[in-house]
Amino acid sequence: MSVKPQKPPSPGFLKRNTWIDFGIRLSAVVLALLFTSIILSLAKAQPLVAFGSIIKGAFGSTIKFTSVVASWVPLVIATSGLLFTFTAGLWNIGMEGQIITGAIFTVGAFRFLDGTTLDPTIVILLAFIAGAVGGVCWALFPGLMKIYGGVNEIFGGLGLNFVAKTIAIWLIFGPWKRPGVASGSGTEWIDVKFRLPYLEGTNLSLTILIIAICIVLFTAIMLKGTHFGLRLKAIGKNDKAAYLLGIPTTRYFLFAFGLCGLFAGIAGAILVTSKQYSLIPDAGFGYGFLGLLVAMLVNYHAIWAPIVAIFFAALSIGNTELQYIGLNSYFAGVLQGFLVLFVVLVDGIRKRLLRQR
Amino acid sequence: MELAILTTLAGVVEYAVPVLFAAIGENITEKAGITNLSVNGTIILAAMGGFVAALSTNSILIGFIAGALIGAAVAAIVAFSSITLKQSQVAIGFILALLCRDLAYFLGAPYTNKPGIFLSKVPIPGLVDIPVVGPILFNHSLVVYASYLFIITAYIFMFKTRPGLMLQGIGERPAAAFARGANVKGLRYFYTILGGALVGLAGPMYSLAVKIGWAGQLSGLDGIGWIALAITIFGGWNPLKVAFGAYLFGGLQQLGITLQSTTNIPIQILQAAPFPLMIFTLLLVNVGRAEWVERELAAMPEKPRKILSKILRALRTSPPASLGVPFENE
Repeated sequence: MSVKPQKPPSPGFLKRNTWIDFGIRLSAVVLALLFTSIILSLAKAQPLVAFGSIIKGAFGSTIKFTSVVASWVPLVIATSGLLFTFTAGLWNIGMEGQIITGAIFTVGAFRFLDGTTLDPTIVILLAFIAGAVGGVCWALFPGLMKIYGGVNEIFGGLGLNFVAKTIAIWLIFGPWKRPGVASGSGTEWIDVKFRLPYLEGTNLSLTILIIAICIVLFTAIMLKGTHFGLRLKAIGKNDKAAYLLGIPTTRYFLFAFGLCGLFAGIAGAILVTSKQYSLIPDAGFGYGFLGLLVAMLVNYHAIWAPIVAIFFAALSIGNTELQYIGLNSYFAGVLQGFLVLFVVLVDGIRKRLLRQR
Repeated sequence: MELAILTTLAGVVEYAVPVLFAAIGENITEKAGITNLSVNGTIILAAMGGFVAALSTNSILIGFIAGALIGAAVAAIVAFSSITLKQSQVAIGFILALLCRDLAYFLGAPYTNKPGIFLSKVPIPGLVDIPVVGPILFNHSLVVYASYLFIITAYIFMFKTRPGLMLQGIGERPAAAFARGANVKGLRYFYTILGGALVGLAGPMYSLAVKIGWAGQLSGLDGIGWIALAITIFGGWNPLKVAFGAYLFGGLQQLGITLQSTTNIPIQILQAAPFPLMIFTLLLVNVGRAEWVERELAAMPEKPRKILSKILRALRTSPPASLGVPFENE
């Protein structure tokens, strides 16, 4: 019996017409806004007032807008790392813990090098390297446990998130505690000369912006324009087939985890040197989890990551303005969650309609 | 026996209850072939919702019903997305885990630290007077007694009844179950929502019985759902073993409380203590399947090999064969 080549699915106007496609996607945003408005009404707030104050909080002044960009930096770096693991078909939910480990190693390096005669720039560079190493190590854990221990990377990563946070807390209350009384507010601040300076009249350091842009470009090129990216994609689609075709899948899995951890570590170092200046229990600021949402939203398209990330960063920063109308800052999470939820659902409905045609 | 030990053990039994319901609920869902990863968020949202519902209606029962409904609603989204739309179960579950948690903290803010109503202890007359066992098992609130019945019912239902057999069928070999006339998609919907409702019950069990009240982020419920998911795996998708895992976790939590009052270890460290253990146990139950282990075993001399592979096989657990695989009637 000869095998008939399968008829390619008819494109249909739904697939070809980008405007309808765009409209369907837009409906996800509308639904998300609708549901968050309902939630706001439940909290006895006026949706328009709330959305207005978020916009004001994000774009109302130079300081505010540069805060958004400063928050975009770790978010887009986290997302970039996660795009590698996503492409390989892996769920690196341990991102948050990897950022925390990066922060721990960075603060550790500063403590170790405290009082050295080295140039501050070199010390900062070394601290960044330390942070990157920390991130990579923490990312290889779930990778190795998945490959050699059969432990699903979701649970490995999740467990390690909590472990990383616990280590941070232990350091804050124990060996690295502030002279005098230990406090949950964090370790002692790093020396002023080790802090990355902000641009005049803003909340943004140019260095971290450049790092983020480099990482975004690197990610886009690696995933879209190299054999490496193509092989990673092949593994993500079907790792057994890829292995049979001669791709060393184990090495690629670990590489994807390692790269993701590297970016996480850098994000951790950035948070220490340009935002917190110390180690706090929540040293990852939730950027790992937020990065997962962004990565899901852009759905493997690295090019969209910076745009979606700026939107999410604006929500997170603008959200702090809500305290003035009596709401707490979990609202950003609610809106972001609804957004991704509806994008996934609407995308599923679109695919289902396409299948039925 | 010393009173302190009895109180501690009674605490273990009590603390295990919400986790037990959540983990067995998830067990039922996963037996049907669907992973509901939203457990962590569901528990927190149901804890808040149940607390508020009980507070505003002055009825504990309505609080529990609200918790179950919240769990069922979240599970219905998971079911629709995974069964009808065939989207990634991990994605939808993870999104809902985060969304429900933030929703709980956002909507629950006005109710933080409000005094509410709670379930009081009802010692079972007669049984409570049995030495040792009585004070440990029979001096609790109603939810604890319900948990005893629940473990046994879940086990008997799953392994000893016809519908239970069908439940296993749709998770192991949905195509075969379909050929035997089962409505695979319908049943998967049903069991996902049922499991979700049970997970939802865990919420008010915390806020109305075990860890009374709603304190927002400080309620200390974040993370428990992930543990419940791990316990499902640890228990090898068998309600009896899952219950054992839940008691183990209850023991750890109780140990934390005891240590906290006797030493000055920060509470956050004790709260995180179960997680390394979770990773370790997952390693233990999974490592037997890894390729390199088999290779190493084959290279070993006869005697230690037999013993080792026996241990590994005893520890090993296998998920339902079609867990996470969408099903299409053909």
